[in-house]
Amino acid sequence: MVRDPSSIAMGVVLPVILILLFGFGLSLDVKHVPVALDLEETSADALDIAAGFQLSPYFEPTIVHSMAAAERLLVTRTVDGIVRIPSDFTRRVSAGDATIEVIVHGSDANRARIIEAYVEGAIGAWTSRQAAEGRAVIAGPVVVQSRLWFNSANDSHYFLVPGLIVLVMTLTGAFLTAMVVAREWERGTFEALFVTPVRSEEILLGKTIPYFGLGMVGLTLCVLAAQFLFDVPLLGSLWVLLGASMLYLLVGLGIGLLISSAVKNQLVASQLTMLATFMPAFMLSGFLFDLRSMPAAIRLITYLLPARYYVAMLQTIFLAGNLWGVLVPNAAVLLAMLAILGLWGRSITHKRLA
Amino acid sequence: MLGSLLRIVALTRKELLAVLKDRRARMSLLLPPMIQTLIFGYAATYDLNHVPYAVLDQDDSGASRALIARFDGTGIFDRVADLHREADIGAFIDARRAILVLQVERNFERQLDYGAAANVQLIADGRNSNTAGTAMGYANAVIEAFNADWRATHDLPNPPVSIDERAWYNPNLETRWDMIPGMIGTLTLIQTLLLTAMSVAREREQGTFDQLLVTPFRPAEIMAGKALPAMLIGLTQATGVLLVAQLWFHIPFAGSFVTLYAGMTCFVLASVGIGLMVSAVSYTMQQAMLFSFLMIMPFAMLSGLTTPLRNMPLALQYFTLVNPLRYAVDIAQRVYLEGTSFAQLFPDIWPLALIAGVTLSGAAWMFRNRLQ
Amino acid sequence: MSAPPTAKVLGRGIEKTFRLGKEEKDAVHALAGVSIEVRAGELTALVGPDGAGKTTLMRLIAGLLRADAGSLRVLSFDPAVDSQAVQERISYMPQKFGLYEDLSVQENLDLYADLHGVSAEERRVRYPELMQMTDLGAFRGRLAGKLSGGMKQKLGLACTLVRSPELLLLDEPTVGVDPLSRRELWQIVLHLVEQQGLTVLVSTSYLDEAERSSRTIVLHRGRVLLQATPAQVIERAAGRTFVLDPPTGQSARSLQARLIEDPGVIDAVPDGGRVRVVTDSTAQPPPEAAAVAPRYEDGFMVLLRQSVERETAAAIRLERPLAAQAHGAAVEVEDLVRRFGAFTAVDRVRFEVRRGEIFGLLGPNGAGKTTTFRMLCGLLAPTSGVLRIAGVDVREAGAAARQHLGYVAQKFSLYGPLTVTENLEFFASAYGLKGRRRRARIEWAMAQFGLTDHAHLDANELAGGFKQRLAMSAALLHEPEILFLDEPTSGADPLARRAFWARITTLSEQGVTVIVTTHFMPEAEYCDHVAIMDAGRILARGTPGEIRALARVAAGAVPTMEDAFITVVEDARAREPARASAA
Repeated sequence: MVRDPSSIAMGVVLPVILILLFGFGLSLDVKHVPVALDLEETSADALDIAAGFQLSPYFEPTIVHSMAAAERLLVTRTVDGIVRIPSDFTRRVSAGDATIEVIVHGSDANRARIIEAYVEGAIGAWTSRQAAEGRAVIAGPVVVQSRLWFNSANDSHYFLVPGLIVLVMTLTGAFLTAMVVAREWERGTFEALFVTPVRSEEILLGKTIPYFGLGMVGLTLCVLAAQFLFDVPLLGSLWVLLGASMLYLLVGLGIGLLISSAVKNQLVASQLTMLATFMPAFMLSGFLFDLRSMPAAIRLITYLLPARYYVAMLQTIFLAGNLWGVLVPNAAVLLAMLAILGLWGRSITHKRLA
Repeated sequence: MLGSLLRIVALTRKELLAVLKDRRARMSLLLPPMIQTLIFGYAATYDLNHVPYAVLDQDDSGASRALIARFDGTGIFDRVADLHREADIGAFIDARRAILVLQVERNFERQLDYGAAANVQLIADGRNSNTAGTAMGYANAVIEAFNADWRATHDLPNPPVSIDERAWYNPNLETRWDMIPGMIGTLTLIQTLLLTAMSVAREREQGTFDQLLVTPFRPAEIMAGKALPAMLIGLTQATGVLLVAQLWFHIPFAGSFVTLYAGMTCFVLASVGIGLMVSAVSYTMQQAMLFSFLMIMPFAMLSGLTTPLRNMPLALQYFTLVNPLRYAVDIAQRVYLEGTSFAQLFPDIWPLALIAGVTLSGAAWMFRNRLQ
Repeated sequence: MSAPPTAKVLGRGIEKTFRLGKEEKDAVHALAGVSIEVRAGELTALVGPDGAGKTTLMRLIAGLLRADAGSLRVLSFDPAVDSQAVQERISYMPQKFGLYEDLSVQENLDLYADLHGVSAEERRVRYPELMQMTDLGAFRGRLAGKLSGGMKQKLGLACTLVRSPELLLLDEPTVGVDPLSRRELWQIVLHLVEQQGLTVLVSTSYLDEAERSSRTIVLHRGRVLLQATPAQVIERAAGRTFVLDPPTGQSARSLQARLIEDPGVIDAVPDGGRVRVVTDSTAQPPPEAAAVAPRYEDGFMVLLRQSVERETAAAIRLERPLAAQAHGAAVEVEDLVRRFGAFTAVDRVRFEVRRGEIFGLLGPNGAGKTTTFRMLCGLLAPTSGVLRIAGVDVREAGAAARQHLGYVAQKFSLYGPLTVTENLEFFASAYGLKGRRRRARIEWAMAQFGLTDHAHLDANELAGGFKQRLAMSAALLHEPEILFLDEPTSGADPLARRAFWARITTLSEQGVTVIVTTHFMPEAEYCDHVAIMDAGRILARGTPGEIRALARVAAGAVPTMEDAFITVVEDARAREPARASAA
């Protein structure tokens, strides 16, 4: 039954390709942001600020000297923002009321806000340097020191890659099983199987296990990629990771089997599976969009998604370690889901055709 | 020529009848994109409107309490705990009970009274660097406001440099505003691609495809007869999403509808072309589903909708050049939010036209060699 | 058989309805008030066309479905309640048997032996028996996917019999299989019944197979028409069967078409160049008819006629008679070859079809008939060879060639969700008919084929016979000279088959050339010329009479087309044994 090469391709090759593709492709880091620096005066201060931008790894400034030129660059999205240092800057700094204009492109609001924050940081750093050099400028009075717990490199791969593993596992689990089981229905092999002493649970298991194995192989490859290609640290233990993944995979397989037992048409089974597992895993599991900021109604929906719990577990295992306080409750929910699916599946996969 | 057109019309009519006759089929074509827009429209936001945070106030003074009150007063920050020991911070964040911890140092008020720098620490949960960055940005803004007030009431000079920030097109920088127009393209792509890819496979499985080939229909006509209805349905779905964006989410529309539809038409044409190529090589509906799905996934995720194109390695950025969704997202966002004109959209339109041209002729060629 | 026969299966008043949708019209009443009895140690045949309910009944007995009403006991268990108990004791071979094509013969056997819990010891005894029975011993290592159709069925049977069950259920095991394999399969089954006292229930639509059983249960549209021994069925037609010779100049076919319209005639069938007639009990036999012993089929037809109303006149009148053509060939095929990789599906096929004749391409599934057909219709390009339709070379001027032909596929290729009218309108537009001409043709189609009352029904909702009418009418909208029909009567009940051939006969009389493929040998009698195909090659060509003459039968027995086919194929395989066992 595992002689079917397309299943192996789907189960093993596909996850690897996906993880590579998306691991490299998706990144929310804001670095090397192209900005237009409109220097309307070329004083020492202005050039100093410009140098600060140029040296920063966060920015790639293009120097222009008029607002019109800067705006042209912004409209064509050659740059994502404009920083304007007006012509009377130095004089106003001494007077204590200088202003720097920052314009960001609102199309990518997320990025825009972060760009604003960076600019503030860059200007703030310049101001502090001025104070250190003795110029009468004051910062504060409240000064903020920021620290990032767990991911000091501020690398978005850290949270994206575990999330991608979730997606990949979802795919393998649900889609593959749904496809295979539905195909068997249509091929009619089930009919002959049923009229044998084999019990319905045995049939279920017999179909599940090969795909389970494939899923684990796919997972291992993904974890390897995560560690060695994307430098995502694995602070927790590998066993816990495998255990959590096995749990999720079983739930995914359960869903796939359920859908295909209930819907004996391949076309509808695949569509349903994709709708019910992949899109929610992508949008509503918390890997990309923070769950706490969603309206209550949507958040309720997310409680039904196994992906949500798996994401929480993976992000913790990779980036924080074996925190049982987080892992145990999430695992418990997944176990409960597995139990429900198992019972439900058993009751509808009796050996009947209609 | 006329004969050809009439035949295409007959095919289109037949296809629309076959697809839309069943009430359930109609619903399943029109409703899911709209429902998905609703759900994902709410979910797909990088904005944080609920940041649980904890405080370790080591000063417990009037000033520190005032600062904390500011945080509480934003309506975004939700104080979930008051910690008492530094050692607790780590455990608290580990347990994901707060995104952020605000630590006020012991001599906070005294430093402020002396006019010296008073320190606070912001510790954020870095497991999601994006959320952390956003939360810190908000926190910094609150602290800046506190600073400005303090300087004003205590007659301190302002820092010499202030920053005047503005955002073009999306003044409140709501990420929802750029997600939803982008979804017009994404949701339409999914349905259109699936529909077209399966249309031929369905006829093959039912046996009617042979019948089509036996009649005087030319392969190009058969393709046009599949492409047109899919385009009509695709544009209808896009309209559905647009309506949700306008009427439910109230995102203001800055451009011209004509331009948007012109752009979307090019996009749908390209999607249909890809769908037809998939259907030319699929013999069963299962294969068609599989191939479509395999294409939709990378297209959707690497379209620039959720993560910026600029961040991708160069090789992948080249890949996105053949991703029609990339252009659709750009077109939708720019027309919707910026009011871009058709001429300015040209850099997005011509690749779509190219993709459409290549895929449609490729599919036609494959249809002609319909054997194997 | 010394012990009195006891019933292994006993059913009373069984009802089963499938609800495809919420509305009443979506309900399919598969079985209504069915009572059956299968006695121990006997071969019972379940006879009826597609849609009669045979498969549903089998699945009920196997415990795969639950009846809506009625009682059913299988081996003293109720399959609805104790399905596991039933399934442990019976063996069931469904119509679409699930052979694992990627596994070899031996591996398939082992797999099913595992599933049935057959011990290694039992296997050692059983396997050689099975191999000998099915003659598959030499092919144990071959992949199941690479076996011929007949061999696959034999393997399926072997897998079903890895252990000796108390009851064997076979659902249409011989459909589409070549006559030789069919004969072999039946020999196996009969042998099992006679030697091992196995109780077997077989469903079939082949009436000659039913004749060989101990008891037959005739099912029609979900009802049991009769449960009796074959002899009792034959009895129904006693004294009413005759044979007629057609007058010179008239073919058996046209005589048959005339006779079947006669209200006093229950059934008329061309047979060996003559026409076989079954009359109504009250009617007088036609003059010059010779009385003849009745067959199972005759009794069957009597039964059917009693329960089913007569179909309306089936003659089709063309709007415009086809222009009197010079006698040229309608279809010419020379050295036609089609290869799929290393596999040769069609091997240097050559034949010619004259205008206005009915030509039959006979052969089992997998012989290459459909592939040849598809090449003729322009659906598949030949690897090499010449194809001409109405004088036009198909490879060079495909579109022009296709204007001359109409095609009806086996699955009817109709657009299910579209109504009858919408389907016809679409096909009319496809052929470029417009305006008044279009409306006229559509009206003609609906009138001639009796579809007017069904105009607003979705094609999906039509009964099988009406689907066929719709498909044929759509193929004739553009008045083609040549009609290609791929397995048009597969699975149809005898009445529908008669009606179909009557239509074809009238078309042919008006000059339409008809080319038909079938695996149903007796239908060759309706054709003017016939070609027998097996394993990609044409083994024999000629009139039905010439083909029948090739048969080798026991002295005194009347040769049938089946016998002829078997003789021809056996000779061919004897000449080239290696080819014969390839898929």
